[in-house]
Amino acid sequence: MSKMNMEDGLNLTLGLPGRDESDCFKNNKRSQPETNDESSGTTENKEADMETAPATKSQVVGWPPVRNYRRNIVQKESGMYVKVSMDGAPYLRKIDLKVYKGYPDLLKALENMFKLTIGVYSERDGYKGSDFAPAYEDKDGDLMLVGDVPWEMFIVSCKRMRIMKGSEAKGLGYNV
Amino acid sequence: MTQSFPEEVLEHVFSFLTSHTDRNAVSLVSKSWYDTERWCRDHVFIGNCYAVNPRVLTRRFKEVKAVELKGKPHFADFNLVPEGWGGCVDPWIVEMGRVYSGLEEIRLKRMEVTDEGLEMVAKGFGKLKVLVLASCDGFSTDGLAAVAANCRNLRVLDLRECEVEELSCHWLSHFPDSFTLLESLNIACLSSEVSFSALERLVSRSPNLKTLKLNRTVPLEKLSTLLQRAPQLVEFGTGAYSAEGLDAYSSLAEAFSGCKKLKSLSGFWDVIPAYLPAVYSVCSQLTSLNLSYATTQSPDLSKIISHCHNLQRLVVLDYIEDTGLETVATSCKDLKELVVFPSDPYVADANVPLTEQGLVSVSQGCTKLHSVLYFCRQMSNSALVSISKNRPNITCFRLCILEPRSPDYLTLEPLDTGFGSIVENCKQLTRLSMSGLLTDRVFEYIGKHAKKLDMLSIAFAGDTDLGLHYILSGCDSLRKLEIRDCPFGDKALLANASKLETMRSLWMSSCFVSFGACKLLGQKMPRLNVEVIDERENLNSIPENVPVEKVYIYRTVCGQRFDMPDFVRIMGKDKADVYNLS
Repeated sequence: MSKMNMEDGLNLTLGLPGRDESDCFKNNKRSQPETNDESSGTTENKEADMETAPATKSQVVGWPPVRNYRRNIVQKESGMYVKVSMDGAPYLRKIDLKVYKGYPDLLKALENMFKLTIGVYSERDGYKGSDFAPAYEDKDGDLMLVGDVPWEMFIVSCKRMRIMKGSEAKGLGYNV
Repeated sequence: MTQSFPEEVLEHVFSFLTSHTDRNAVSLVSKSWYDTERWCRDHVFIGNCYAVNPRVLTRRFKEVKAVELKGKPHFADFNLVPEGWGGCVDPWIVEMGRVYSGLEEIRLKRMEVTDEGLEMVAKGFGKLKVLVLASCDGFSTDGLAAVAANCRNLRVLDLRECEVEELSCHWLSHFPDSFTLLESLNIACLSSEVSFSALERLVSRSPNLKTLKLNRTVPLEKLSTLLQRAPQLVEFGTGAYSAEGLDAYSSLAEAFSGCKKLKSLSGFWDVIPAYLPAVYSVCSQLTSLNLSYATTQSPDLSKIISHCHNLQRLVVLDYIEDTGLETVATSCKDLKELVVFPSDPYVADANVPLTEQGLVSVSQGCTKLHSVLYFCRQMSNSALVSISKNRPNITCFRLCILEPRSPDYLTLEPLDTGFGSIVENCKQLTRLSMSGLLTDRVFEYIGKHAKKLDMLSIAFAGDTDLGLHYILSGCDSLRKLEIRDCPFGDKALLANASKLETMRSLWMSSCFVSFGACKLLGQKMPRLNVEVIDERENLNSIPENVPVEKVYIYRTVCGQRFDMPDFVRIMGKDKADVYNLS
């Protein structure tokens, strides 16, 4: 098998002009697999790639190559995956509620995932003043504001989440 | 060229050609053969929905009874394709609904299916007999209800590995009471309860039911009822295989023993070992056994497998261990396909006694073994060489060593010689997935020997562009190539541009292919779509020599697609090709 030689007329050349060709023949091995570790400089937008929000342990996206439904066979309880949609965005994300310790953790992850600010929850005013408010659909199909119920109750009753425009979320919230 | 045979004779000859590759080949012989063939082809296979478009399909083929369509690239299975990428089947359904009123079979894989689409299917194709949705998503139980209510001729409803939005448990009730034609029902992918009474009534009134794959929520206590109603079953998938106490045992064992035609078993979520012997009476009949959800230990697995002397296909977790695979090697002499999944994929040092030895044992004992998918934590060149020499008849070899770039654990060398041996000895190899520490040398071996290779999957491997060049220039039969996290860049890709038109597709993610190269390739090769999939912001200001996140290249007769989200650009097709003008 003839080696690829820069000088010979590899006339299928569609080579880019002015590029440093020698780079290709160096050992270009990446030093470590791409992770969703926050310390890695090139991964600022990698979170957007993933279906799951940054997990507490470092994982290579899509590795090992097993389907989602095979991932949590061994766990005593399977992960609590819920879909998260955002008004105005055409795509859904999926997150595993089990990896978050509480509401602040979850909200921070949502802010990172969707590149927005959600603000602070207050029992009386909900997320008043924020551009966006996170809502969720519970087991009974009711639309609730995230934060209305204690965390432990939330993670078992939440079926899916929806990040609504702040103005539309006014009707929700815990009404005394 | 004068036609020597009347068209009817030619059509009759063509009717014996069932494979779509043969049909494609005869259509290229001459214009008259092309014309004759297109009028009589009634089963159409489209391996990449963007290689053609719905109008191309309906213009060419007029009386189609069965259609099979595939959408997203394979790596979508592992979350590498962002949601919203494409592959929606609705435009196909609209166009086919317009032309193919007699359509009987629809098979979709990795496509986005909507409820509206399912409703169109339900109302537009009155003769529909088969609906198979494999790894599809985007629809809910409402769409299924529409299918159940309207498809009066349905025989097969198979939702294998789909993601379904489960809004209601009552969709099964939408099958009318008068509907008795069901032959196959696979709902194993559903995670919520379905109405058991509706299920039971459906099973009771379906005398032709051969395949029934339940979901996890159907309790073990109810299985005997169902089996008693359908003793003619050939393929059965249980729900959760556990119960409190053993009361349900004897009726279950009796029900299984009544299933004289049963050949395939699956399901077995949350297995309680004490209930496994209930299936012993059918084990010797089984040709296929899927225990990949059975989180039970090796002795229990070995026991049941040792009864399955006629097994041809085994899917199991690594809980089976090397000892269990030795049992397979001695008990399952007809085994053709082995799949071993990892129980705990993310734990670095899980203490599971499944090593390369298990696979070697099976390769020694099972002379008919031709297909392997094996996840493990260590591998050696000597094991791979043994396997290749034991089983030169292997056609599909997929090995996943869990830790990327793992070397031969005995010698600490790359696994080049091991995989080289596989491609050299297994001359009929059509599919290969590699892992572990691999240099450019393994690609030299593959390019030299793997002449029948159709699909190749590579991850965290290689040193330079030479690796990719060996593959593209050497693998004569290659149609699908998927690469992630390899140091392959522009040179090999551009030097082998014309090869890409002979392939269905090439996927490269986290490699070193630059924006500029993608643009150039797209400009030079009008019949390739060079899709850059990149979710970074400010893409337009990224310099041309920066690598793209992902690129998906496929041949097409249709040029641009117009349903792209903003993170997908087809490069080199128009003047302002760096800017997404859709």
